[in-house]
Amino acid sequence: MSAVMITRKVRKWEKLPGKNTFCCDGRVMMARQKGVFYLTLFLITGTCALFFAFECPYLAVHLCPAIPVFAVLLFLFVMAMLLRTSFSDPGVLPRALPEEAANGNVPAGQRPPPRIRNVQINNQIVKLKYCYTCKIFRPPRASHCSICDNCVDRFDHHCPWVGNCVGKRNYRYFYLFTLSLSLLTIYIFTFDIVHVVMRSMNGGFLNTLKETPGTYPLKLSLTVLEVLVCFFTLWSVVGLTGFHTYLISLNQTTNEDIKGSWSGKNRGQNPYSHKNIIKNCCEVLCGPTYPSVLDRRGLLQEDTLISSSNPVPQTTVSAHKHTHALFLIVVSSFRHTDS
Amino acid sequence: MATEFHNLQELRHSPSLVTKVFIQRDYSEGTMCRFQAKFPSELDNRIERTLLEETVKTLNSYYAEAEKIGGQSYLEGCLACATAYIIFLCMETRYEKVLRKISGFIQEQNEKIYAPRGLLLTDPIERGMRVLEISVFEDRGSGGSSPSSTMSSGSSAR
Repeated sequence: MSAVMITRKVRKWEKLPGKNTFCCDGRVMMARQKGVFYLTLFLITGTCALFFAFECPYLAVHLCPAIPVFAVLLFLFVMAMLLRTSFSDPGVLPRALPEEAANGNVPAGQRPPPRIRNVQINNQIVKLKYCYTCKIFRPPRASHCSICDNCVDRFDHHCPWVGNCVGKRNYRYFYLFTLSLSLLTIYIFTFDIVHVVMRSMNGGFLNTLKETPGTYPLKLSLTVLEVLVCFFTLWSVVGLTGFHTYLISLNQTTNEDIKGSWSGKNRGQNPYSHKNIIKNCCEVLCGPTYPSVLDRRGLLQEDTLISSSNPVPQTTVSAHKHTHALFLIVVSSFRHTDS
Repeated sequence: MATEFHNLQELRHSPSLVTKVFIQRDYSEGTMCRFQAKFPSELDNRIERTLLEETVKTLNSYYAEAEKIGGQSYLEGCLACATAYIIFLCMETRYEKVLRKISGFIQEQNEKIYAPRGLLLTDPIERGMRVLEISVFEDRGSGGSSPSSTMSSGSSAR
């Protein structure tokens, strides 16, 4: 009976469960539905492109050359924050391996009884729920995202506009994105109005129409388009920024706010809050940058065994080399005690 | 060497691994990373209580150092924000530096203390920082053969 062993090195992201898409060999992690994210990109870059092409030349000459410069910096910051929010791991908790999932005397193959673990955090009883998909007791503030099919630590919400969940690792980038986008929208809106006012003041409508008979209606309609986009964006994005500022000052997540965990009769009992607005803001915005626990780009050895008698290939994925090296030390210590 | 490697692979799949003990997270002080100092009863006759408690205490202090919110974390945060977080493409964050220290510490502890007692600590980051996994091995000799493995080159010495 002959057998052939084919060893292939795969990256860990290829074997991750969950409904995420990965790009650039595991460096980029997003949700599956990305349509709304492309819309966000299009709206931001489109509006800014129109602003730079049609408003900025006039404003730079007639008002101040720093205006387009500041707009460019703000636009770059918005894009950096958007891409960082969209492409990073929000704080996904890996699923439990079989031995860890079985911890708790649950027979394999059977659905465990609904279990809630009570934990005391800062003199407040918090219930930790068991996640049947990930087979773990969810840490406090973690929640399972049904769209991405992952448990996410400090789960805030799943945002289709950024095409990803917002959790512990990317919440500050999300907040900075909404804040900087609010500023950018207000900026473009203000200078659009200023531009229209200045043009009509400088020559009057009729004169301007005589100067550029062909292009003025086009430019006017584009400016009006920009103003409309900015107006509608303003209400939603500024409102969202204000809402998240409120949540940050109380050290709450959107998920907790929606569920009403720390409101109503539980108000003032949030065990994660420092009871001080500055401290809460500092913790969320200036806290440590948590690393990803997923190790998307780690290597796994996939051994596919194909034997002539059994044409179905048997694939085993072996552990990381480092753990294997430690295992050798353990076994060799037994051999020494033997002899 | 290749033959020995095969032996060890077979041993890994054979039941010389007795059980895995999990030390859970301690959430009494919030969501920061801490492990319970409670000594698991399964390890009563495998390792001294003080040694394991010392390891867990040192690990907890490392994690506390990584997650400390103070002057250095503010500076790192503000500097990174000013560069739109592009600086993290070339610089290692403080948390990552501490994680490397932790990984070195766990390896050292395994080599010096746990492996001679037939135990193996797994770095919590490989388990999503949820548990500290301790694998318990039992000496079953080198005679374990797995019927499922049909390695053509495997000629293990029995």
